[in-house]
Amino acid sequence: VRPLALLLVLSLALPAAADSPRIVFTKRSLYRNILVTEEDDRFCLSFRLRSGAINALQSCMEKADHDRLVFEYSRAVMAGLLITPRPERMLVLGLGGGSIPRVLRALHPKADIDVVEIDPAVVQVAEQWFDFRAGGKLRVHVKDARQFVKQAVVFGQRWDLVILDAFNGDYIPEHLMTREFLAEVRSVLVPDGTLVANTFSSSALYDSESATYAAVFGGFVNLKRDDGNRIIVARNGAPPTIAQLQAGVAGLQPRLARFGVDYAAVLADARPKPDWKAKARLLTDEWNPANVLRGR
Amino acid sequence: MYSALVFLLVFTGGFSVMSIEVLAGRVLAPYFGGSVYVWGSVITIFMLALSIGYLLGGRLSLRAPSLARLGAIFLVCAASVVPLLFAAEPFMEWVFLRIDDPRYGSLLASTALFFLPTLLMGIISPYAVRLLVRDPHTSGETAGFLYFVSTAGSALGVLLTSFYFVLWWEVSQVLLGLGLALAACGVLALAWRGAREAA
Repeated sequence: VRPLALLLVLSLALPAAADSPRIVFTKRSLYRNILVTEEDDRFCLSFRLRSGAINALQSCMEKADHDRLVFEYSRAVMAGLLITPRPERMLVLGLGGGSIPRVLRALHPKADIDVVEIDPAVVQVAEQWFDFRAGGKLRVHVKDARQFVKQAVVFGQRWDLVILDAFNGDYIPEHLMTREFLAEVRSVLVPDGTLVANTFSSSALYDSESATYAAVFGGFVNLKRDDGNRIIVARNGAPPTIAQLQAGVAGLQPRLARFGVDYAAVLADARPKPDWKAKARLLTDEWNPANVLRGR
Repeated sequence: MYSALVFLLVFTGGFSVMSIEVLAGRVLAPYFGGSVYVWGSVITIFMLALSIGYLLGGRLSLRAPSLARLGAIFLVCAASVVPLLFAAEPFMEWVFLRIDDPRYGSLLASTALFFLPTLLMGIISPYAVRLLVRDPHTSGETAGFLYFVSTAGSALGVLLTSFYFVLWWEVSQVLLGLGLALAACGVLALAWRGAREAA
């Protein structure tokens, strides 16, 4: 669910203007092929190479400005801060190129940030190529997110802001989409803590996934984009409203501008009404053919 | 007819064991995740249990082999699936609270949940070879065809389970269905003997 299509279209339309991406590093991990590509002004992380085309860009970093969020979806993730503007503890599930944790740390250097990433090779690549530095209050846990969250439930750990960014277009970790998992995530949020999830905006999966989030959180703000990404903003408490998010913009926009975040553009994608089939079957640990639904 | 029934039993056994292996990943994921360790644990335990099942099946076939006894083995196989329906959650919770390392946690859980049913299903093939072999000259051919049927059943079990069953039914519904299929095979094998004796 990365805006690959747009990039491909641009690079096809403007062959003379933009250098085609050059692969500068590859690493084969337990889970995937990791590629680092270089375009004229940025490095990008992607997870697979198929017949010469680079698939599913995960994350990009501008060479001149490491803190700038390149992808629109990653800027939209920052919508969570609008209703949780001063998080003291944050949990990020899925590292990628590390752009989101880097921005959160730059904004809140005194906050605890836990990052969970299943693939140790992704952590190495983020450190080697994407200026990602763990340490101090930013901790990286190499673990399956489901296991991490379940353990956190047992230990009674709580976070003010949880960001779920563990999905890419190729294969969905289905155990991170179920009602049971979302209930676990909800129970590691403090009262009125916020969950931001980067998920899917198309296919039969959209209906079931939306219905599942709605069932667990009672509703959510739906930032739905046309490029395949959809950002869910939910809360452990009364569901947030678009108006509440908008109310946070004035205070936050000045501090987020340097990361490339334009909250007006982010919130323009908010859908005022549910647009999924309310009766769609919920995803559960017993029934979650997410990867099949994705293809429909 | 006798051979056809034995082949049906072997096919169902092969189908069930791999269908359960696919579901094992689903059963363990909520507690131990979907990392490579979890699949490593599942495959290790299934291979180990099958190997011991083969050994045991060969030994059992030495003493008064009969279709009825094979039927009884199927009933035991069916019974061994029942704990997966009721005890899996509490047991995984127990392991989860005690073992932090995802490798050993999932290894212990897959041992406790899947070792016994897989071992029992491993008994089926070598035992069935004994029931079908009439002539040492053709024993290799008989065994070869039997493994063909069993492994083709396994292939179909993986395919149907991963492509369709998980879409149509809940995990525990599929497990229940497999248990019922194994029990039906057991009853069929026992009834066959009854029918023969009555004739």
